[in-house]
Amino acid sequence: MTDRHEDDPAGDPAESGPVALSEAEVARQEIEAAKEREAAITHLEPGAGFGKRFVAAVTGTSVLVTILSFVAAIVIGGVIIALTEPAVREAFGYFFARPGDAFREAWDVVSAAYVALFRGSLGGRAQISETLVSATPLILTGLAVAVPLRAGLFNIGAEGQLIAGGMLAGLVGFSVTGLPLVVHLPLAAAAGIAGGWVYGWLPGVLKARTGAHEVISTIMLNNIARLVTAWMISTTLFRRPDRSDPISKSVEASAQFPRFVDGLRVNTSLLMALGLAVFVFWLVERSTRGFELNAVGLNARAARAAGMDPDRTVIRAMATGGALAGAAGAALILGLQHRLTIGFSAGLGFDGITVALLGRGRIGGTVAAGLLFGALRAGGRSMQAQTGTSLDLVLVIQALIIVFIAAPGLVRAIFRVKADDLATGQVAKGWGS
Amino acid sequence: MKTTRRMFAAAVVGALVLTACGDAPEEETPDAVEEPEATDEETEGDPAEEEPTEEPAEQTDFRGCLVTDQGGVDDQSFNQTAWEGMVRAEQELGITADVLESTSEADFEPNIQEFVTQGCDLIVTVGFLLGEATEAAAQANPDQNFAIVDYAYDADYDNLRELVFGTEEAAFLAGYAAAGTTESGIVGTYGGINIPPVTVFMDGFLAGVRYYNQENGTDVQVEGWDGSDGLFTGNFESQDDGRNFTDQLLQAGADIIMPVAGPVGLGTAAAIEDFGSGMIVWVDTDGYESTQYGALMLTSVMKNMDVAVFDSVQAAVDGNWEGGLVVGTLENEGVGLAPFHDFEDTVPQEVRDALDGLRQGIISGEISVDPADYS
Repeated sequence: MTDRHEDDPAGDPAESGPVALSEAEVARQEIEAAKEREAAITHLEPGAGFGKRFVAAVTGTSVLVTILSFVAAIVIGGVIIALTEPAVREAFGYFFARPGDAFREAWDVVSAAYVALFRGSLGGRAQISETLVSATPLILTGLAVAVPLRAGLFNIGAEGQLIAGGMLAGLVGFSVTGLPLVVHLPLAAAAGIAGGWVYGWLPGVLKARTGAHEVISTIMLNNIARLVTAWMISTTLFRRPDRSDPISKSVEASAQFPRFVDGLRVNTSLLMALGLAVFVFWLVERSTRGFELNAVGLNARAARAAGMDPDRTVIRAMATGGALAGAAGAALILGLQHRLTIGFSAGLGFDGITVALLGRGRIGGTVAAGLLFGALRAGGRSMQAQTGTSLDLVLVIQALIIVFIAAPGLVRAIFRVKADDLATGQVAKGWGS
Repeated sequence: MKTTRRMFAAAVVGALVLTACGDAPEEETPDAVEEPEATDEETEGDPAEEEPTEEPAEQTDFRGCLVTDQGGVDDQSFNQTAWEGMVRAEQELGITADVLESTSEADFEPNIQEFVTQGCDLIVTVGFLLGEATEAAAQANPDQNFAIVDYAYDADYDNLRELVFGTEEAAFLAGYAAAGTTESGIVGTYGGINIPPVTVFMDGFLAGVRYYNQENGTDVQVEGWDGSDGLFTGNFESQDDGRNFTDQLLQAGADIIMPVAGPVGLGTAAAIEDFGSGMIVWVDTDGYESTQYGALMLTSVMKNMDVAVFDSVQAAVDGNWEGGLVVGTLENEGVGLAPFHDFEDTVPQEVRDALDGLRQGIISGEISVDPADYS
């Protein structure tokens, strides 16, 4: 890590006091304060090693809030399941005649749903495979949001970046032929990553050079990606010759992520996702670039005063996020769907926002959140098939988790956790950054 | 602490006040909203009350499973009609019916696989877009029976039944009726995605209008479909798209619109309601019954998928299962035109009289339902 601010001349000591500090002095104080804040959250010395950090992260209070949020969401989800079940409502109609009925009905239906949810996500090889399949793109789009988040940027554009990446990966996947797998697959995946990179770089540049707010520009770019895709898939460049509806040619076998086991859908794109996650962890938490990223996220003006270039960091952060979303698109198209259709992105870019928030913008946390949401998705399918509880309940639970995380005070009130036990670290910076 | 306790007390009192102290087991409470706190506290805090769930009724152990297309099982149109067939089988044949809703094309394969894993006796997939996924699953699981709505394969499989419909025959009648009823001389249509099961509606509709023009020397125009290309929302979900497309058609002067896009058509109803005039030709089911916009429904092109699904389940239950193509037509009442309901008097008498003759003509093959046969 660089300590460039130490080289800067200190402010005029004669004119101490809040009014007359030089910019460099402000910067130094800001960074010191940020380090202290970090230490206060993790209860660690700033220079603590990985082992200590890991233990702190797992036992730390921000994890506690996350877990409690999850518990609260599950409980409310249970109430919703119970209330949507006619038998339960019926039993509540004669509650005072036989209260046991009502609670037994409610318990039966809720436990059946959650047991199905759990078994459907972790109950066997096929279920674990489906969990990992669902988690792979979520991990990547989660990181695509998390990395810019660390620089204080809210990347709503993972959806569009995923689409851009998937389109390019697909195009290389079916239009290039005759290459062996070891060449073709990396080429197609790289094309996807590059597509996402460009599509993330664009709002970064707009933000850095013209001040266009990244939230607005990425939302608009999502729409552009979606609609342009709808048109492109129906052109002869993409469309399958024997179909009149918008569906693209199939990706060559040499550009498909091979599966680990025949019959299970989990495939090697998971390795790409995890590899990228490790790389991003190094990039954000260990590298000089990452230090700049975090510094800009904490206070862009202080970072500038300390000799960093916030504009360039903003562009880098958005482009990196875009590249990760592009990788998610490549994982979807080359690993799973093997062809492009309208709406192939299935809202995974937007789910990435939830994943990143649940992961609190941390790399490890985001990966864990991606796995959790993957499990909820896979399990939700089983739940709907077995108990008839709508898959939408999973979305409700996901939304509730985020509501609770965004309002730690609420969790504190419900579970009576003391204020100073809770991490107060901001999850996302506000609108005006 | 104090506050929470107070809130809990308030919730309990609220429940006490609002809950009828009835003792009849089938009494319905209208106050379900007020219950959550109570349920919440008790269900979480009382694991001792756990009991295994049990199905009460005497049933065959046949399990029928249905995978929907995008749009969901409550789309008041396409998917819902197919699901109703399954529900009827549950009621009349005593089978267990389960459904998985697809939210995107990425769900097709895992949803089918989920049902294969869970051991369904018959898996029904609803929609053309599921064609490839269903075929692959049928090939991979030769002992598992499948039925698909709206897809005809080149090859037939013993374990795969293809439920397709001669929808153009019924749509022809709707086109004829619309052409005879329109006041502006312009009728409109749009589709979800440019795939055969959608365009077949539009072809029949167009042919019906052209036939009317030819017979009566009129010049009723069809906006949105010319026999090869037309208006398509690109999805079967967005009611906003339905609204926009309908506004476009209304601006062009159309006063009768046929949306062929499942729930997207509800956007058409909303747009017409706002616009103040106009009628709808609904598709797949009788929109007068299935939607809340009955007052706007001139008629509906019914594609009786529920009957086809029910028949498939029954064949499987009775052991008369056969794979291959099953075509629903006007003749076997697999498709049909719904009554005019509120618009009985709006549709000219001579048009209504002509419909029966047309139906016979189409069944006998004397009247072509291909728009290319008319100028």
